[in-house]
Amino acid sequence: MSVAIRAHGLVKHYGETKALDGVDLEVPEGKVVGVLGPNGAGKTTAVRVLATLLRPDAGHATVHGHDVVKNPRAVRSLIGLTGQYASVDEDLSGTENLVLLARLLDHSRAGARARAAELLERFELTDAAGRAAKTYSGGMRRRLDLAASLVGNPSVLYLDEPTTGLDPHARNEVWAVVRRLVADGVTVLLTTQYLEEADQLADTITVFDHGRVVAEGRPDELKRRIGSQTLQVRPTSARDLDAVQRILADLTGNAPMRNDDTGLLTAPVDDPVLLSTLVRKLDDAGITADELALRLPSLDEVFLALTGKRSEADKQTEGSVA
Amino acid sequence: MSTIALDRGARHGLTLAWRGVLKIRKNPEQLADVTIAPIILLVMFTYLFGGALAGNTDAYLQTLVPGVLVMNILQASMTAGVQLNTDVSKGVFDRFRAMPIARSAPLVGAVLADVVRYVVCVAVLLLVATVMGYRVQTGPVELLVACGLAILFGLCFCWAAVFIGMLLKTPQAVQGIMIVLIMPLTFGSNVFVGTETMPGWLRAWADVSPVSLLSDALRGLMNGGAIAGPLAGSLVWMAAAVAVFFPLATWAYRKRV
Repeated sequence: MSVAIRAHGLVKHYGETKALDGVDLEVPEGKVVGVLGPNGAGKTTAVRVLATLLRPDAGHATVHGHDVVKNPRAVRSLIGLTGQYASVDEDLSGTENLVLLARLLDHSRAGARARAAELLERFELTDAAGRAAKTYSGGMRRRLDLAASLVGNPSVLYLDEPTTGLDPHARNEVWAVVRRLVADGVTVLLTTQYLEEADQLADTITVFDHGRVVAEGRPDELKRRIGSQTLQVRPTSARDLDAVQRILADLTGNAPMRNDDTGLLTAPVDDPVLLSTLVRKLDDAGITADELALRLPSLDEVFLALTGKRSEADKQTEGSVA
Repeated sequence: MSTIALDRGARHGLTLAWRGVLKIRKNPEQLADVTIAPIILLVMFTYLFGGALAGNTDAYLQTLVPGVLVMNILQASMTAGVQLNTDVSKGVFDRFRAMPIARSAPLVGAVLADVVRYVVCVAVLLLVATVMGYRVQTGPVELLVACGLAILFGLCFCWAAVFIGMLLKTPQAVQGIMIVLIMPLTFGSNVFVGTETMPGWLRAWADVSPVSLLSDALRGLMNGGAIAGPLAGSLVWMAAAVAVFFPLATWAYRKRV
């Protein structure tokens, strides 16, 4: 399979800060690679370099074989960019925004209008086509943003945190759009702070932290690389929590995590056989469980293990619970 | 650069200028600083000070209108910096830059759209001045040349605005600096009062300032009187402004975008 995006040893400094500190990245044609990392990990800087908006201090990158520094024009004719920093003009209507971009891409007047109408239709914005973009909801704006990046039929699409700040409904809409694009054969480089998003959309995930790649692989590979699986038990009666906690500690040799609110106990395990042992021990103790499962660790747990930090999304969830 | 590339560059510049004009049409209040503000100035100075300064308001209006026209154009030319800065900080430029178009096209587009602003501001000012009693003493050709000169003046000095707009971080900061620069430049001139009563140091400047010289040239063209001297002086200023600020502006632009 041919490679659409290839980056090697990318370095970018901002004064003392190393936004990129030797990043290697490979995106196969027609695949989605998710770049996952907290704020300030260098995700956006990487996208800007790959989109020819920023010159790297060291290293090189190519898009379909064209060097982003030496031949930016060829790269620009292949890519589309959407996200945090590439925006639509809020004063102009949906149609005007898209016509403007189509005209810049050398469509004829009529051709530009046709292309705009087609994209607005595809992104379900036809009803709002004549309204100024500043009157759009967050989800509509993001869809217009996506439409804008597709005017030139790019074969490579950069999505820089495409759902940051969107409500779950709008997020699902954007996800559906991305899936359709991938089905059409577009190569996607997606950055996100949301582990769920990377897990949902990406074929492979690259984890960034402090301008470095700290891990990469398929979502399930990454989860497995953490080594252990997670054993999860919810006793039917909360009174049994102490007893189950002791049993789990004995079995796994690790102190289980206990959540008294949800009545859930989790413990990392290395040997899947322990599940049946646990069932027997619970049976012996006369304890019944509502939930009893052996699962791969969540991406949040993966992130914690790989970078030693909680993910931003996780922190937010925690904040809202407390 | 081949002719085809030049042709495409010009077309992209025009397309982006169309965007600028659309934005003016959508937000006509954006034009307030070059339409309503000078009208207030014109009315206020004419009726408050005109009698005291020139004996009667009609005589004062005749000398004031060409001067306010210059002041107005200078102000209008400064908005290019604010708008470019807004585009850059909002991320609209990133989208343009990630497209296979000439890097200079957004800059060319912004400056071209500004010409439309200049035309609007000249037209509005002349209309209001006429209603107030101002009359061109020469002919339509002289008036057209005067308007053309004023617009050219704006086009020359807008590079200073682009330079500042690309250096500073936020549109608000650009706006602030512009006011600080424009105020002394326009008031320290012969637009509102003759320079004879100014202290020596101020008069020395006001007599040769670009605003004074162009105002005098426009007075000559619109009201009659000496043209050659002040016209030559203002052309030197315009050339100097382009020679200094065009390279600085393009340098700052390339550095920023």
